[in-house]
Amino acid sequence: MRLSSKVTTLLILAAVIAIAPVFFPSSYYFRVGSLIFVNGLAVAGLVILIGYAGQISLGHAGFAGIGAYACALAPVHLGLHPALAALLGALLSAAIAYLVGRPILRLKGYYLAVASLGFGILVSMVLSNEAQLTGGPDGMAVPELGLRAVLKAIGIDLSNTEFWYAFSGLVLVLGAWLALNLYHSPTGRALRALHGSEVAARTVGVDVAHYKLVAFVISAVYASVSGSLLALQNKFITPDVAGFMHSIEMVTMTVLGGAGSVLGAILGAAILTTLPQVLTIFQEYEQLMLGLVMMLVMIFMREGLLPSIARRIRGRAE
Amino acid sequence: MSLLQIEGLGIDFGGLRAVNDVGFSLKPGEIVSVIGPNGAGKTTLFNMISGVYAPARGRVVLDGEDVTRMPPHLLARRGLSRTFQNLQIFQSMSVLENAVAGHHLHERGSVFADLFSLPAARRRSKVSEDSARALLDRVGLGRAAEQEASSLSYGALKRLEIARALALKPRVLLLDEPAAGCNAVETEEIDHLIAQVAAEGVSILLVEHDMKMVMRISNHIVVLDHGEKIAEGEPTAISRNPRVIEAYLGVQATEVQHADG
Amino acid sequence: MPELLQFLLSGITVGAVYALVALGFTIIYNASDVVNFAQGEFVMLGGMITFFAHAAGLPLPLAALIAIIVTAAIGVALNKLAIEPARGAPVVSLIIITIGASIFIRGATQLVFDKQIHRFPAFSGDQPILIGGATILPQSLWVIAGALAVFVCLWLFFTRTLIGRAVLATANNRVAAQLVGINTNYVMTLSFAMSAAIGALAGVLVTPITLTSYDVGLALALKGFAAAMLGGMGNPKGALVGGLLLGVLEAMTAGYVSSQYKDAAAFIVILAVLFAMPQGLFGRKSTDRV
Repeated sequence: MRLSSKVTTLLILAAVIAIAPVFFPSSYYFRVGSLIFVNGLAVAGLVILIGYAGQISLGHAGFAGIGAYACALAPVHLGLHPALAALLGALLSAAIAYLVGRPILRLKGYYLAVASLGFGILVSMVLSNEAQLTGGPDGMAVPELGLRAVLKAIGIDLSNTEFWYAFSGLVLVLGAWLALNLYHSPTGRALRALHGSEVAARTVGVDVAHYKLVAFVISAVYASVSGSLLALQNKFITPDVAGFMHSIEMVTMTVLGGAGSVLGAILGAAILTTLPQVLTIFQEYEQLMLGLVMMLVMIFMREGLLPSIARRIRGRAE
Repeated sequence: MSLLQIEGLGIDFGGLRAVNDVGFSLKPGEIVSVIGPNGAGKTTLFNMISGVYAPARGRVVLDGEDVTRMPPHLLARRGLSRTFQNLQIFQSMSVLENAVAGHHLHERGSVFADLFSLPAARRRSKVSEDSARALLDRVGLGRAAEQEASSLSYGALKRLEIARALALKPRVLLLDEPAAGCNAVETEEIDHLIAQVAAEGVSILLVEHDMKMVMRISNHIVVLDHGEKIAEGEPTAISRNPRVIEAYLGVQATEVQHADG
Repeated sequence: MPELLQFLLSGITVGAVYALVALGFTIIYNASDVVNFAQGEFVMLGGMITFFAHAAGLPLPLAALIAIIVTAAIGVALNKLAIEPARGAPVVSLIIITIGASIFIRGATQLVFDKQIHRFPAFSGDQPILIGGATILPQSLWVIAGALAVFVCLWLFFTRTLIGRAVLATANNRVAAQLVGINTNYVMTLSFAMSAAIGALAGVLVTPITLTSYDVGLALALKGFAAAMLGGMGNPKGALVGGLLLGVLEAMTAGYVSSQYKDAAAFIVILAVLFAMPQGLFGRKSTDRV
């Protein structure tokens, strides 16, 4: 039986997540792994926005910021459980994405890029400036999720890094599953149609403004959940999570691996997350490398690493 | 009773009257062709009728409803579909997916069902895929279904656009030069296809440079020159109209004769 | 009243810098339809190179000249190495390329020079000039004069010189320009050189007031782009007016509302302008061809 591309992708992803720990020389690698999954989740959302719908956002870290600070603030001020706080953050992000997206998605190309960037900067500015609430640039503590204790009570005893590796891995597989479902669905087709030709999409009845908004809201929820996971596992958060550089990293990861492919984009997240960890001795080269990677990939592998490589292999096979 | 009624339609581009005071009507199942020299405003007229451009003057009435300046996706819901002169194919999709995308209005449903791949969503996809395959067979692209759309020849892409437009199950279909870039055999196939679709009751508005085809299949012809309607009538009357011959057919007729000889 | 005048004067000074960045955007946008997000790095380079050349013992005017020439060369290299190979790429790719270039230049500057904040002496001293109860620094006058001079030179260049008209022709229709014998590659090179040189000049002029460091470029690029959008993309007059307006607006927000949110106010107004009149103040409406 021939497996569908969706099932293959999910199997590869799940297998890598499950098997990789066998090769981990130290518990530090669980930490790197869970960071990859957290970034991978945000990137899977951007695949829907950039890869499917062809829209750019340079402000999605703003939503990650909303998700992260929801987990820090809601438990303290509203007495919510951190998990519910993450849910609240996701709902808030969706609502804000809806309100912000309606006007800015009318813009195209550079204008959309700058408008979304402006939104992201506004969020990080509020987080930095409202110090009495958010602790300002110094950041603030985030309460424990508490799931690890529950697991321990039923006999599954994981270290903190192991738990977050497994948990974010699980959320990533779930996120990838949803994104892949969407690809082959009527909604996904409408998004890819408006990416291909807006005017043609309209003439077959696609409400272009509506579907762009759908992609924007869904990707905002992904970014928000990613921000929540980051806050919960670090137990500490600073406004950097909503900063411009984080938005740029998210977009770069997406296009590096291949914006049109969920697996490719997650690969991009893995590379860009691992690189600075491996190159700690060369920390001052980080920006240089990031900039270089962005330029080289976009010039020489416009579709991104995975699709370009896949094409080459297929080309050789024929 | 006419299905599509165009009244005094006009638009200006930077002070230039690109189209002015053009009116005509289509009955169900009728094939009306718009002809005229290059730059006469045919495609502009199409763009106004299909909601791509907002006309400055005049009205478009579809089945008794004023749809002037209505956006294309709402016109699509009312059964008006079109193809494009310069091809607007969804490049990164397969041939099949392009046709399925044309089925959008009949397959759209809840985003949640799509995200979670609920049975309802899968059922909708299955229905549109089956219907799209049937349409691809009809335009002779059944075997190319799994190919990437960008791998097709120009003539095949023209037919794919027609299939995509038909997937909407339109009542009015606007075809902008469907036979351009097609060889004689392909042109004849498109010819048959158009006649067949019209016979099923779909009104067809056609822009086409192939005069033999226009004369053969049109019930009615509207002639544009410099953005104005200079004549309309049955094909035989049009081919004898001195104003038309002067503006257009004179040149074209000799070309056709040369092509024959 | 002196307060208002004071805000106005400082707003015009900052606005003149934004106008210079926006003019740089405009030149490249007109020649290639590319919005160069690395534009702010040119300003940063102008300031940084001048400082280090000056610190190495060169007289200030010579240091500034070197900075402008080196930056122009970097602009040309950016075009040759990153923009030309990506011709025909979708807008999203070009956005990422120029942002990548911006981050790359920033990273390189930090390695070649340092991460400190720098300043070199003002051209005509630091004695504030009193105007109607408000003060203005002599260096501010240099900045404002610089912006106006660049604007006038560009205007003359585009309307009075053959090569300037060739740039405009290339902007209008690349293929047609090639057909009539214009070397469009040369036009692109020239546009990047001019744009980078103007950016560097802005950096030279403003560093004595605002100081500089390796990471000031991005914020300037964003403000400059916002100014260009406000004025109407691709229109030099719009770039000048948009830049000055944005500067004044920021100064007023900082003065009367909250200095923490002065950047926010600018963005909010720009967004409002975009929605109310997407073509900007002086832009032309375009119709998509189908």
